[in-house]
Amino acid sequence: MRKSRKLIGFLVVSPSIVAIAIFVYGFISSTIRMSFSNWNSYSKLVNGEFEFVGWKNYERLFKDTRFQTDLWNTLFFTLLFILACIVIGLFLANLLDRKLKGGRFFQNVFLFPYALSLVVTGTIWSWFFAPGNFPMDPSGINLLLKNLGLGGLQWGWFTSTDTIGHFNVALIPVIIAATWQLSGYTMAMYLAGMRGIPVSMIEAAQVDGASNWQIFWRVKMPMLKTVTLSAMIILGHISLKIFDLVYSMTGSGPNNVTDMPAVYMYDLTFNRDRYAMGSGVAVIMLAMVAVVIIPYLLSTMKKED
Amino acid sequence: MKHTKKWSKGISYTVLIIMAFLFMMPIYMILVTSFKPIQEISMSTMWNLPQNPSLEGFIKAFEKLGPNLKNSFLLVIPATLISCMIGSINGFIFAKVRFRGSNIIFLLILFGMFIPYQSILFPLIRFLQSIGLYGSIWGLIFAHVIYGIPITTLIFRNYYVDVPDEMIEAANIDGANMFKVYKDILFPLSLPGFVVVIIWQFTNIWNEFLFAVTITSDPTKQPITVALVNLAGSQVVEWNLQMAGAVVAALPTLLVYIFLGKYFIQGLMAGSVKG
Repeated sequence: MRKSRKLIGFLVVSPSIVAIAIFVYGFISSTIRMSFSNWNSYSKLVNGEFEFVGWKNYERLFKDTRFQTDLWNTLFFTLLFILACIVIGLFLANLLDRKLKGGRFFQNVFLFPYALSLVVTGTIWSWFFAPGNFPMDPSGINLLLKNLGLGGLQWGWFTSTDTIGHFNVALIPVIIAATWQLSGYTMAMYLAGMRGIPVSMIEAAQVDGASNWQIFWRVKMPMLKTVTLSAMIILGHISLKIFDLVYSMTGSGPNNVTDMPAVYMYDLTFNRDRYAMGSGVAVIMLAMVAVVIIPYLLSTMKKED
Repeated sequence: MKHTKKWSKGISYTVLIIMAFLFMMPIYMILVTSFKPIQEISMSTMWNLPQNPSLEGFIKAFEKLGPNLKNSFLLVIPATLISCMIGSINGFIFAKVRFRGSNIIFLLILFGMFIPYQSILFPLIRFLQSIGLYGSIWGLIFAHVIYGIPITTLIFRNYYVDVPDEMIEAANIDGANMFKVYKDILFPLSLPGFVVVIIWQFTNIWNEFLFAVTITSDPTKQPITVALVNLAGSQVVEWNLQMAGAVVAALPTLLVYIFLGKYFIQGLMAGSVKG
């Protein structure tokens, strides 16, 4: 009876298992296989002239200045985006955790960008940050700065080719847009975490004369370690594969200042028929995400057992 | 003591209002621009309120994006419903029936929701070409159903785990078989779960771009996200049209958020914080 129940259970989920086996793992294998091949032109693809070329595509990618820029951009984008979301999210959650009247309204204001498509976000912010012919005939945020008497602060935003070390400053507006979309989400995660902290703990600290600041750092923060870790992993895996936002907001930009691996992958595969190299980029992206996600999945699983 | 409390409350509100103001700035701009007639579109007045508010931008946006809006609905509704059914059944098995290795298999399925879809995209397109679904809404529905399996299974599984085992045991003693247990006990209990997953999938599929832009190349078949990007790429001057287009593209998910926000938040929690 029991046994047959389990067998039926397995049979019921088996179509999904087969689908995932083929469309996730099977397709990943075929992308990996393609990344070691010579499929870098349309004719080779249609004629099926398949040949293994070893690591050649990867060697070309790592020597490619555009791909090098992409990796630096991903690194800086990921670090700054995670940092900004966590700082703002935590800050807002801490303010809203005090049960202020109208707190729900503010919560909704901060969270609503999450419901939008990254493409909509990109469209809005590309106009918002469009620099115009500054300083004389600016648009968007530059115009606002000029009208506020802060004309000296005008700059090229996402069209700027300035760099600080390997950091392209043109990424800043893109990071702001991404943070606008996801810091409210981070806030929601922290709020949920803060509701899990027993009120008695905070009251006890208050009785001992702790200030709000001390309560935040000594009582709340240690209890929010797992939330912080989850937020970092979720935001990190979003930023490692970011595509929609960059594609709709800035594209690659001058000198690839706002280019990302996902944008390059799209360009290689769909505009330039370099399927093998595009696959190489995809495999590198997968490896980056896997490094972040696999330990996370394993640890959440362990916790459940 | 009371005095400082009042002060800190005042500061909290001030900070919150400033933050809310900053968050709403792009929304202010999108709204004032979308209600401007074309004559009023100029860089130097882009922050001003419209002098003669007009629906011109919206009328044009509906004309241009209407078919794509319809495509998005034709995509999202079946894809959401199908992936919901699959997720519910899978979730039931992984939460309440289980079998040898089911935890490992569940983990392997879950990994599928984190992968960059770039890593399966090219084989997927070739596969869709070979079965004749490439370039169609059905091709997109197929992709969203398959790659929606991990998240829908996860949300339903987490939902069913909280149903007490005793309820199911009792039904078994009565000789109710597994499908009856699902149909009579879990399914009626899981209506709120369905709402959460429907909202989640609706929002995600509506907002999705990568599959949409690579699987449908014919502009008449493309969902609204792709059409919006094309609109922004092709027109340089008609900003009222583009901003109205952005509003039209955002409205369905925004309405869901406004009216069903509670479930929306549950969904994003269920989809992220696990264990």
